[in-house]
Amino acid sequence: MNNITLPQPHKIIKIIHETKAEYTFRVHYEGKTDHGQFFMLSIPKIGEAPISVSSRGEDYVEFTIRKVGRLTDGLFGMNEGDTLFMRGPYGNAFPVENFKGKNLVVVAGGTGMAPVRSMLQYFAAHPEEIQSVYFIVGFKDRDAVLFEDDLAAFAKAEKFHTIYCLDNMEAEGFHKGFVTNYIKDVPFAEFDDFNVAIVGPPAMIGFTAKECVKNGVSEEKIWVSFERKMSCAVGKCGHCKINETYVCLEGPVFNYTKAKELLD
Amino acid sequence: MGYVMTKQRMDEVLTSLRETYRVYAPKKVGKFIRYGEVKSMEEIVFDEKSHFSPKEVFYPIVQTLLYFSENDVRESEVDARPVVLFLRPCDINGIHRLDTIFMENGGKADNFYQRLREKVKFFLMECCESFETCFCVSMGSNATDDYAVAVRVNDDGVFVEVKDETFANLFSGEAACDFTPAFVTENKRKVNVPAITDRAMVKDIHALEMWREFDDNCIGCGGCNTVCITCSCFDTTDIIYNETSRDGERRRVWSSCMLNDYSTVAGGHNVRAKAGDRMRFKAMHKLYDYNARFGKGNMCVGCGRCDMRCPKDIHFSETIDKLAAAVETLKEGKEC
Repeated sequence: MNNITLPQPHKIIKIIHETKAEYTFRVHYEGKTDHGQFFMLSIPKIGEAPISVSSRGEDYVEFTIRKVGRLTDGLFGMNEGDTLFMRGPYGNAFPVENFKGKNLVVVAGGTGMAPVRSMLQYFAAHPEEIQSVYFIVGFKDRDAVLFEDDLAAFAKAEKFHTIYCLDNMEAEGFHKGFVTNYIKDVPFAEFDDFNVAIVGPPAMIGFTAKECVKNGVSEEKIWVSFERKMSCAVGKCGHCKINETYVCLEGPVFNYTKAKELLD
Repeated sequence: MGYVMTKQRMDEVLTSLRETYRVYAPKKVGKFIRYGEVKSMEEIVFDEKSHFSPKEVFYPIVQTLLYFSENDVRESEVDARPVVLFLRPCDINGIHRLDTIFMENGGKADNFYQRLREKVKFFLMECCESFETCFCVSMGSNATDDYAVAVRVNDDGVFVEVKDETFANLFSGEAACDFTPAFVTENKRKVNVPAITDRAMVKDIHALEMWREFDDNCIGCGGCNTVCITCSCFDTTDIIYNETSRDGERRRVWSSCMLNDYSTVAGGHNVRAKAGDRMRFKAMHKLYDYNARFGKGNMCVGCGRCDMRCPKDIHFSETIDKLAAAVETLKEGKEC
């Protein structure tokens, strides 16, 4: 009997300090993952938690984890070469095939950048597969900025238009204000076809989607990714259930026409 | 086949059964009636409703799933013996709800549930007279034909119906009789089940004022979930044996959607921070979401244990009635 929740050991190849509070763990993994999927990571002394793939390579996946709450604390005592137990990948993914050849608007809030990062890296490396990418990301303050190297690379990437902002302060390369303030700067009317991907805290997703709709975006062009507590990722533990939908099974990526009907 | 025998004779049957099976039934445990292993008919409480459901027999409150070492993980083992479980029709119907979640949802079976669940054989306790808080008839879960053996106990002796041939030889020496179990046909407590006919109503139900009364009334203890035969939610927690090594184990522990941090994500955001929101979440799962997803009727089976358990005297049966009335009002409003 193949046990669907049995985790497997994987070596930590590298630990990258993104900020004081956020580390990226690069873990050996040779299987396939799609953009937006997640794994269940076994956090030493605590238990399992769902963590998005924030980047991937030939033989690794990366997870970017914020040192908040008791769930993620145990990971921060681990070193390169240590073994991490994990299982996955789980969930659906952004419909990247559908995004190809069109314009793509990506709006992310804070650690919400993690689930869209691998997709952005892909289009930065394959500009011939996309018409344009508008990437708007917001962080709390300068110390909370994640993935600095990627932000610099995306700003220079072919066909990329980037707007980086901070909630309460101005800084070099960053506007002051919320991501919602900059939706109006996206030339939706000029696009012949496009999609919008939004990832962040629930309120940020809601406000951003509404702002997009206000700017003439039809709901079926918007895709969001939900973060929810999960103890199994296979539809048993109940935590991620919203109405008749299980985020681990039908999500975490939802079209906004469906997402707006999901009421916690 | 039906048989009749004395209680003493049935005790001998239990003794033979116990050579192969572990036998569980509701029995007195301190001030509670709760499921435990039994050796004789005398121990089994037939004339009162158990305070706790039989689910803990095959879905324990705390269960070790895995053992970890530095670089390895190993699945735990369970008692290999099969189980005979004495239980009432509502609970058998409730276990079908648990099976839906653990065996079907997501398309794959949960191994840790399956490995114990598949060992269980149902011995139906005939239940013709309703108890104080029961509303199984309203929920349509008062009857079942899913049992291996059905048992009636009265002054004339013990009557059994054997459906599963595996158990036939145990009773082959007894006097044959025509016995099939009767089922309760009327409860004192009746509820109106909400008729949510349109998914679009979920938004209006979400906004109903009735949920706000629970913000103060409900203390979020989760007692209702703990005694519920259909509540399946769990958390996992990892234990290490000492601080200097990573040797340890993963445990599955029952969770409760009424607890404040049930849906709190790392970082602290809680999507249902008010008790009333959590009551709505529970009520809608039991009365709408489960059927909307699986098309198998209501999740709640009307065992009424939550009504007995609540320290704040919140009656789920009354909540069902209130929701049903609110749903009708919403429908009338829509038609105007």
